[in-house]
Amino acid sequence: MKQHICTHINGEATEFLCATEDTLLQVLRDNLRLTGTKEGCATGDCGACSVVLDNRLVCSCLVLAVEAQHSRIETVEGLADGDTLHPLQQAFLDHAALQCGICTPGFLVAAKALLDRNPSPSESEVRFWVAGNLCRCTGYDKIVRAILAAADTMRNTNSRTTDAGAQP
Amino acid sequence: MQYEAPTNLAEVVALLASADGHGRVMAGGTDLLARFATGSHRPALLVDLKHVAELMEIEQRGDGGFTIGAAVCGAAISEHAGLCSAWPGVTEAMDLIGSVQIQGRASLGGNLCNASPAADSVPALIAAGATCRILGSQGERQVPVADVILSPGKTCLAGDEFVVSFYLPPRAPNSGDAYLRLIPRSEMDIAVAGAAVNLTLDDTGVVIAAAIALGAVSPVPLLVPRAAEVMLGCRLDEEVMRRFRSVVSASCRPINDKRGTIDYRNHVAGVLAVRAALIAARRAGQEDI
Repeated sequence: MKQHICTHINGEATEFLCATEDTLLQVLRDNLRLTGTKEGCATGDCGACSVVLDNRLVCSCLVLAVEAQHSRIETVEGLADGDTLHPLQQAFLDHAALQCGICTPGFLVAAKALLDRNPSPSESEVRFWVAGNLCRCTGYDKIVRAILAAADTMRNTNSRTTDAGAQP
Repeated sequence: MQYEAPTNLAEVVALLASADGHGRVMAGGTDLLARFATGSHRPALLVDLKHVAELMEIEQRGDGGFTIGAAVCGAAISEHAGLCSAWPGVTEAMDLIGSVQIQGRASLGGNLCNASPAADSVPALIAAGATCRILGSQGERQVPVADVILSPGKTCLAGDEFVVSFYLPPRAPNSGDAYLRLIPRSEMDIAVAGAAVNLTLDDTGVVIAAAIALGAVSPVPLLVPRAAEVMLGCRLDEEVMRRFRSVVSASCRPINDKRGTIDYRNHVAGVLAVRAALIAARRAGQEDI
C-alpha cells in the first residue's frame, strides 16, 4: 500500500505517495523530478545525494521516504534565487570546482549547511566537513577554495547589508 | 515491509511483540538502509524509534550521571556541552563515525546493536562503565554495554527487545576518558584498531580506578581488566606505561585482513591504548604527563 507523505521541500508544501521501501532519494528524483540530487553509491559513502532534512545534513539514500513525514527538506534546487545563483554556485563556476558534475549538488548542499552554521570556516574545517562528499575529478582543492571564497563573499555581502541597515 | 513510527515505548513493545520475531527497530538507519540497498532481506515490520521521547533525549540526572537516548544522533551528542565535558572519550568516539551526513542520523544504539567488532563508540561506552536499558515484551532489564555484543553481528537482545537508552554513571573528581582509533587516512574509514581508556586519579596522580576497552582487535569489543590492573595504585610513569602497552598488545585476538595483519593490530592497539591513557590522565587533571 502506498503511503501518503506531507513535507515542505525548499519551502514549498509538497505531498507524495511512496512505498515503504522507497528511499527519500528515489522519491526526490523519480516521483518529484528533483533530479539535482544525484545517486552515487546508494549506501551513504559518497554524499552525492546530500540534502538537509530538518536542519541536519543527511544522505537521502539513507533515509526512507516515509521517514520524511512532516519534515522540512532542502535540496540543491532551493539554492539559487530565481536566475541568481547562490554565492556557492557562482564560486564553484569561478574556481572551476567541478568537472563531470555528479558530485557537485552534494558538495553545494553540504557546503551551504557548513556556512549556515559557521560563516568563517578554516580550510581544515572545510576539508573535514566535506569528507563525506567524494569527487573523483577535481582533487578537491578547487572545491575547497570555492567554498572558502563563497564564505568570504557571503560575509562581505552580509556586512554591507548590515552597514547599509545601520545608516540613518 | 510495514513501516511504523510509534510515539511511546508501550507501542514499540506491542508492535515488536505482534511481529512474532519478524520485526526490526531502526534508529538512524545508516547501517540498516545501506544493507537493504545491497540486497539484504527487508523485515516484515520496521519500527522507527525516532518519535519516542525516551530514545531521543539527553538528560543529566540528579546524581550527575547522564541518560542518552539510544536513537539520539551523533551530531546532537556532539552539540551537548555538558555531556562532551563529562565524557569526552565517549562523545569523541561517536563523532569519529562516518561523515557529517552520517552523524546527522547515526546513533549509539545503532552502533551497539549493529554489533561490529570495530564499532567506534562501543569501546568508549564499555570503558565508561555504561549500562543500557533494554525493553521487551517480557519486561525491562539493565545490561552493561560490555555484555551486549555476543559475536560479530549478534547481540544478547531477544527478537522483541530494543535498547531504550544508555546510562553513564556520575563522574568522580579527577576523572577523564579518551578513545583513539587508527585508520589509514584521516576520515571516513573503519578502525584497524581502537582503544578507550577511562581513569580516575587521586590528588597525587596515582590511578585509583581504570578501565580499558579495545575495538577491532577481537570478535567483540574487549574489556581488558589485566591492563587496568597494571595502572592501579601507580603513577603513569614510563615503566608502568611500558608494561601497560605489552599487556594490551598481548590481550588482542585480531584477524588478519586487508586493513591490518595480526602483528600490526596487536602493536597498534598497545600504542593507541598508551596514548589514550595519557590523554585520559591529562583530562583527569594530571597536566604534567
